Amino acid sequence: MSLKWGLVILVAICNTAGDVLNADGMRHYGEISDFRPASLLRILPGILHNRYLLGGFAAMTISFLAFLSLLSIANVSFAVPATASSYLFETILAKYFLKEDVGARRWIAAVLVAIGVTLLEF
Amino acid sequence: MQNVSTQSQSRRKTAALACAVVAANVFGNLFLSHGMKDIGRLISGDPLAYLRTFANPWILVGVATLFGWMLLDLALLSRADLTFVLPVTASAYVLIAVAGHYWFGEAASVSRWIGIAIITLGATLAAETPPKTTEGLPEDLL
Repeated sequence: MSLKWGLVILVAICNTAGDVLNADGMRHYGEISDFRPASLLRILPGILHNRYLLGGFAAMTISFLAFLSLLSIANVSFAVPATASSYLFETILAKYFLKEDVGARRWIAAVLVAIGVTLLEF
Repeated sequence: MQNVSTQSQSRRKTAALACAVVAANVFGNLFLSHGMKDIGRLISGDPLAYLRTFANPWILVGVATLFGWMLLDLALLSRADLTFVLPVTASAYVLIAVAGHYWFGEAASVSRWIGIAIITLGATLAAETPPKTTEGLPEDLL
């Protein structure tokens, strides 16, 4: 396996873990209605007190460093879509782990996005 | 009637937030890519090697923009399901591919343009679903 694809897999795994943990963490945190920068910055202390967000943040940090390496050896129009290859896996985790109601439209949307993302790589 | 109006206002707010998430993602990644093209190959186990990239202004602006993206994304996840957020914000991939073509002169094949059209269709389908299908904490739903 090439270094490029190794980095893609690492970023995709960390993105998946980060997205699911962050979604779970924000459900514990509660709904945010004020989007002013000062209000958004108040999420930061919340990250330290929420083990889901803390785990999500750690996964996203690893993902970011691996992504920087990937960008140094690959084009942005390859790197960004390729690392989104975990769409279907994330949808399955959201259904069974986060208990989201994934109806037909969302399954079709996830499949279409996964196909579209794959095509972007060619 | 008031409930319908509140719901519609909340949905508009979620849509505006999704647009901000997409914009921050697109610009953050483009700035980072620009910076990494200046720096060149970076594969290292040394964290300091990554910290040194912050001396590049494009990287600095890119990281700051992606930090903003992370906060906006968390705010969006507090209001919408992950299975809504993922396809809807996938429009960022489309914009990045288009910007990569026009800004950096990256090659854009026919299959890439077909991919762009399919992602747009998927994002549109997901955007028509209710943003949030769960109430309460995950453990309450078990």
